[in-house]
Amino acid sequence: MSAVMSQTTASAPPQGPGAAGGLTPGATPQAHRRARVPRGDSYHFKPYNVGRWLVWGLYAGVLLVAPLLWTSSLAQTMLSQIGIAIIACLSYNLLLGQGGMLSFGHAVYSGLGGYLAIHTLNAVSAGQLALPVSLIPIVGGLAGLGFAALFGYVSTKKSGTPFAMITLGLGELIWSMSLMLPEFFGGEGGISGNRVAGQPVMGITFGPQIQVYYLIALYCFICTGLMFAFTRTPLGRMLNAVRDNPERVQFIGYDTQWVRFLAFLIAGFFAGVSGGLSALNFEIVTAEVVGAARSGAYLLFTFLGGATFFFGPIIGAVLMVVALVLLSELTKAWLLYLGLTFLFMVMYAPGGFASLIMMNLRVAAFGKLRPLWTSYVALALTGLTALLGGSAMVEMLYHLQLNEALGPQMRYLGMTLDAKGLDAWFGAGFVLVTGGALFELARRQFRREWDQAQEEIEKEIKRRESL
Amino acid sequence: MLVEQILINLLNGLSSGLLLFMLSSGLTLIFSMMGVLNFAHASFYMLGAYVAYSVAGWIGFWPALIAAPLIVGGLGALFERGALRRVHKYGHVAELLITFGLSYVLLELVQLVWGRTAVPFSPPPSLQGAAFTLVHAPGQGLDWVWGEAAPAVCAAASCSKFPLTRAFMMLVALGMLVSLWLLLTRTRIGLVIQAALSHPEMVEALGHNVPRVFMLVFGSGCALAALAGVIGGITFVTEPSMAVIVGSIIFVVVVVGGVGSLAGAFVASLLIGLLQTLPLTVDGSLATLFKATPETFGYPLLKLTLAQVAPILPYLLMVLILIFRPKGLLGTRED
Repeated sequence: MSAVMSQTTASAPPQGPGAAGGLTPGATPQAHRRARVPRGDSYHFKPYNVGRWLVWGLYAGVLLVAPLLWTSSLAQTMLSQIGIAIIACLSYNLLLGQGGMLSFGHAVYSGLGGYLAIHTLNAVSAGQLALPVSLIPIVGGLAGLGFAALFGYVSTKKSGTPFAMITLGLGELIWSMSLMLPEFFGGEGGISGNRVAGQPVMGITFGPQIQVYYLIALYCFICTGLMFAFTRTPLGRMLNAVRDNPERVQFIGYDTQWVRFLAFLIAGFFAGVSGGLSALNFEIVTAEVVGAARSGAYLLFTFLGGATFFFGPIIGAVLMVVALVLLSELTKAWLLYLGLTFLFMVMYAPGGFASLIMMNLRVAAFGKLRPLWTSYVALALTGLTALLGGSAMVEMLYHLQLNEALGPQMRYLGMTLDAKGLDAWFGAGFVLVTGGALFELARRQFRREWDQAQEEIEKEIKRRESL
Repeated sequence: MLVEQILINLLNGLSSGLLLFMLSSGLTLIFSMMGVLNFAHASFYMLGAYVAYSVAGWIGFWPALIAAPLIVGGLGALFERGALRRVHKYGHVAELLITFGLSYVLLELVQLVWGRTAVPFSPPPSLQGAAFTLVHAPGQGLDWVWGEAAPAVCAAASCSKFPLTRAFMMLVALGMLVSLWLLLTRTRIGLVIQAALSHPEMVEALGHNVPRVFMLVFGSGCALAALAGVIGGITFVTEPSMAVIVGSIIFVVVVVGGVGSLAGAFVASLLIGLLQTLPLTVDGSLATLFKATPETFGYPLLKLTLAQVAPILPYLLMVLILIFRPKGLLGTRED
């Protein structure tokens, strides 16, 4: 798995044998070259990394164009939240994916950043502070950095499972304190503010949502770029080494605790920026932003998106907002579906959606995707059938639990089901069992074809290497 | 402060500490054997209470006290066999994540089956009422009566009751502690478990089925959590949030006691049980101690009474332990 992990492919450099040396500035080849040839005497052919420009350009383009395509106010609030969530999930992945540190308390840093940001905003509104509103997220980031320095000193003393327990305890500590100190945390009602404050810069008041969206989009793009750049620094590389083999890192003279601490600081800073942005976006910060549920959501969706690839958390952030805003409206049982999806993801695809995409891209790159598509269709159809039956049963149970007063009749996907009727239960069970059995058959067939495709790809790689 | 109040509080603290030990012992056993931090441990505690509530409705409380842990233990073993063992090859982070996912699913399933509000799970008649009552008549020494004191006595003196459920909690926890100790040190299976803890390959080479031992340990850990859940359910409220309430505290217990140390878990459980209970009666604050006024710097922080800050004391203890003794009170591992 570590081989997959180390290629953080947001930009997927073109995989040609000639281009590889010049494009990826890996540490060792350059060091060798420098030793042999004096600086400045040699000519390096360094073409533009077209793939990277294309990917980042596309990313910026999507951020720019998205609110012009979806203009409804729901879409604008969702896009703003997605931008904030992208920063938060990427900063979480600095810990989880890059450093192998499983934190259960990441919301502490984004939440406290949000609190400091809203207090700053209120100071600006009261005229005590002359700070442009657009810089307030930086204040949040600095707050996140400060608290990460304070708590990170304790938690990064350990790694692995004890680290996870400590972050959980620290998260609970802050959560309990939030109820105790209403002066800072605002008690039940939270702290509210008004983002139209101070002097407007170039006519931008941040009154309309669209202006806030573009501020968030700008921060999101810059932060994504910075965090990607961080993965390419020596410290970022050391962090990967600390994740994979801490003992060996210590042997070559690095302090693993210090490396973890530095990474924790950087993650805390970006989390704080996301908290500051959400303070501007919602104009209110309540105590739940430091709660365990928020930390759990960061973990869940970062993992679902894919912690082993740099761009995985971006997918996770989109999923997070879609799930929290849309799915929770659609069904009461959304947490159950989410938990089950998570369980299956950990069991069968521990690299998240990003790894599924990358695996299929690899198969496609070798031209082996075409024979697989019938299996994909079969998997999708049988899976949906099983899901239909299973979710009908879950929805009927929830209906009986929560809407008892409305009677046993309920609407489900345009059908009317009698939640107390035997036929509805029998029908749903039948659909579930049939769908499940067919899915298992399709899965076995797919597994065979997939393994065969992988084998052929391995052979092809071997053949190309020997050329 | 009255003497009998302090005594009752001490006993309350000890009984909560023993309940915490019932939970953290299972967690520690699972962790030290398999290296898996069972994030869903508190969810099994909650599940135990709910299952016992339903089973008690059919066959009565006392059979349910035995049956519920067995059922939940079986479910735990099933989860180990079906899910946890599959992700073992991906490492400890994946194992932790799958139990994290399980805690979500269990919480939702419990809400699906039993509803989102508390269920009326009350102790059986033989466990209702007081175990003993401390009677402190003015001008006389401390006296105590088994069971409830007569109303006429309490009218003249101050009475403090110690509930029977809490006494039962202490009894079961101590019984569990002794039998766990005997099981691990005096029986054949206990020796195999201890050996599998340090040298799994060697134990496997000697012909023992180590994966099955793991499954057994995971199942028994869950069963212990469920037993604690039955008792916690009748003593406190049986509601979906009961997992969250103890969930993070038992991790604190494990860190404070020393990761993987059963004796450490025992000491830390008692310590934290007392730390959670005793300050609740103290109304003093730093502000009264230093005679601070609202103008003093940091007054909002100083004016908090000890009773108010009681919920964060365990976490503060954890932070202090990590700074001054990172391996925990009785721990041996450095990281």
